[in-house]
Amino acid sequence: MGRKLLLEHINVPGINTFEVYRKKGGYAAVEKALTTLSPDAIVEEVKKSGLRGRGGAGFPTGMKWSFLAKPEGVARYLVCNADESEPGTFKDRYLMTHIPHLLIEGMIVSSFALGAHASYIYVRGEMMPQIRILERAIAEAKNAGFLGKNILGTGYDLELYVQPGGGAYICGEETALLESLEGKRGNPRIKPPFPAIAGLYGCPTVVNNVESIAAVVPIINDGGEEYAKIGLGRSTGTKLISAGGNLKNPGVYEIELGLSCEEFLYSDEYCGGIANGKRLKAVVAGGSSVPILPANLFLKTINNEPRLMSYESLSDGGFATGTMLGSGGFIAFDEDQCIVRNTWNFARFYHHESCGQCSPCREGTGWMEKVLHRLENGHGKMSDMDLLVDVSKKIEGNTICPLGDAAAWPVASAIRHFRDEFEWHVTNASEAVTRNYGLAHYADPLTKAEAV
Amino acid sequence: MKVTIDGISIDVEPGTSILNAARQIGGDIVPPAMCYYSKLAGSGGKCRTCLVKVSKGSEKDPRPMPKLVASCRTTVMDGMEVQNITSPEVIEARKGVVEMLLINHPLDCPICDQAGECDLQNLGFEHGSAKTRYEFDRRTFERIDIGDKIQLHMTRCILCYRCVFTADQITDHRIHGILNRGDHSEISTYIQAAVDNDFSGNVIDVCPVGALTDKTFRFKNRVWFTKPVEAHRDCDHEKCNGKVTLWYKGEDVLRVTARKDVYGEVEEFICNTCRFDKKKTSDWVIEGPRKIANWSVQSANHYQTLHPLPVLKTNPALIEANKEQFERETRL
Repeated sequence: MGRKLLLEHINVPGINTFEVYRKKGGYAAVEKALTTLSPDAIVEEVKKSGLRGRGGAGFPTGMKWSFLAKPEGVARYLVCNADESEPGTFKDRYLMTHIPHLLIEGMIVSSFALGAHASYIYVRGEMMPQIRILERAIAEAKNAGFLGKNILGTGYDLELYVQPGGGAYICGEETALLESLEGKRGNPRIKPPFPAIAGLYGCPTVVNNVESIAAVVPIINDGGEEYAKIGLGRSTGTKLISAGGNLKNPGVYEIELGLSCEEFLYSDEYCGGIANGKRLKAVVAGGSSVPILPANLFLKTINNEPRLMSYESLSDGGFATGTMLGSGGFIAFDEDQCIVRNTWNFARFYHHESCGQCSPCREGTGWMEKVLHRLENGHGKMSDMDLLVDVSKKIEGNTICPLGDAAAWPVASAIRHFRDEFEWHVTNASEAVTRNYGLAHYADPLTKAEAV
Repeated sequence: MKVTIDGISIDVEPGTSILNAARQIGGDIVPPAMCYYSKLAGSGGKCRTCLVKVSKGSEKDPRPMPKLVASCRTTVMDGMEVQNITSPEVIEARKGVVEMLLINHPLDCPICDQAGECDLQNLGFEHGSAKTRYEFDRRTFERIDIGDKIQLHMTRCILCYRCVFTADQITDHRIHGILNRGDHSEISTYIQAAVDNDFSGNVIDVCPVGALTDKTFRFKNRVWFTKPVEAHRDCDHEKCNGKVTLWYKGEDVLRVTARKDVYGEVEEFICNTCRFDKKKTSDWVIEGPRKIANWSVQSANHYQTLHPLPVLKTNPALIEANKEQFERETRL
């Protein structure tokens, strides 16, 4: 049984209310931080913990905080990125629904550490129930004196605001989020300047994922060094994984980083294996934008070592044979799923969500979607696979924000690993619209390193 | 600050962008720019045609930048080394960007008014491929009139946002913007309201393609048959100084535009009265012919550069000399 830091009390009835949360030891981190620690000491503690951003990029949170510019007389802001809209990821929503006070507590501690007196939680527009839950939680915390003027008599003031977005995926990109928060069209800004220098309203701003902010609470409670003991190597602490797809027990799991992929997938404590006695075909390990892996490469790295759920192990092998931990949106596909159809579905999503600001992403995502749609529906050509790889290469790295990369990686990786399935869709076009390719050799043990 | 672009060094002011440093050097090494407009604050970074490779970040931190950067929005650092046309990676990426810009562009140059002075046409000619790999329907829109003088044809738009910045910065209130997102986003006024402003005509000049066109000039003539002449008048609008280019066909002024430099950017914005209402020679003080870059198709038929073949002579030595002379002249 792995240690639970965030979801320890998730099954306590009424944990979403202030009284129960407080009784279970909640808001101890606020008391400890505001009365005994200085802001710099908190940043130092978070640095020591080795906490890495849980939103997808995995950038060390303590480092991000220490980059924040601190000019005199300019307000600083903390913005919580709760615009969770990556297909396959639903951990933040789960956290906000069931244990909203954990996020509020983390926001207070983090805002204190950064010297922010107004902080925002930018919630995706579709999550209306969560917005109400958070607003209620904020009112409760304010009532108890943990928010507002002179918190706990320390003289520290903090106002917390919940801002609903319009529901665009692009607003999960931090600069687009800030634009949207300012009331403008949610287009990503051109960096530099980074938000740490000029963010919200031109002031220094830190944007953190919900889970990163929530993880600050156990770090302050137990100390950064204690937190760093959990996990493996540079992947410290616990991570929420939202497991979906053809699993026996889909849901949100808190794992210690470094858990083996096989255990996560097949043990009854976690996903419990593939539903209906089917076999595993492919896995998207960290939300739709990370490269998809066939079953054999997911369970074992190319060097035949067992793959672990950690930032390093999942990216072992680079883009050729690895993937990324991303935001923890774990999607498993059984042998009845069509990879071409799934890739088309992802491409359709990115086509729909591209903001249209820079040309490679605006035009390229639509192009890839159309070619994949043609392939899936039996009108494809053998040259389409090379075309898709070429288009994805033209998008990747040439765009303002990472959405271009996110759109290119799943397509490029699906063709890299499942090329025979794509080819089968061309050679057996009429058959491909009636039945699926099946498991084929995608779960066979790895024999030798794939030529890249 | 010293910056080296494709091996050519130049000293520039701190805060200059790579693109502007390259423009100070001039010549082949200037990256093309479709969305950047030096007169409009905040423009640039969107079209990605000006991508360059920074092979050395600065004297202090010589690490190269991991990705290609948009030269129009990246400021130079002391000792920076930039590769533009000397980097195959940049050329490849630029080719990709041009392809992306063209896949939804109608390529109706023969019936487009912008042909001959179109930035995208020049860009496509230089970096595009002869054939498209795109086999699907291109997105199309209905033509709409924004005001009685300007027509918007979104089908040709490459979403450079220049006109949006113009509306924000040159005119006194915002008149139009972008609706929707992704490849179905469009430039529009809210519920097709007319654009009514003294400076609204400048959106025609800043448009790099034929999406925003002058309704008083549409289908009147091809641009390379007209003769550009510099002229000025005493404009009573306080923000307009009346310096324009008149485009003549014979005795008639077919249209009036602001004066555009070699990068297709206007020198000064002009008011709508100058642009749309003053189309008689008597309204203007003529200064002289407008110089057009030699490579531009607009100068076709205006300059005699090729001499006709010399009269054929039977002397073999003279034939050889004639050949040499002809080759030398046609090479230029």
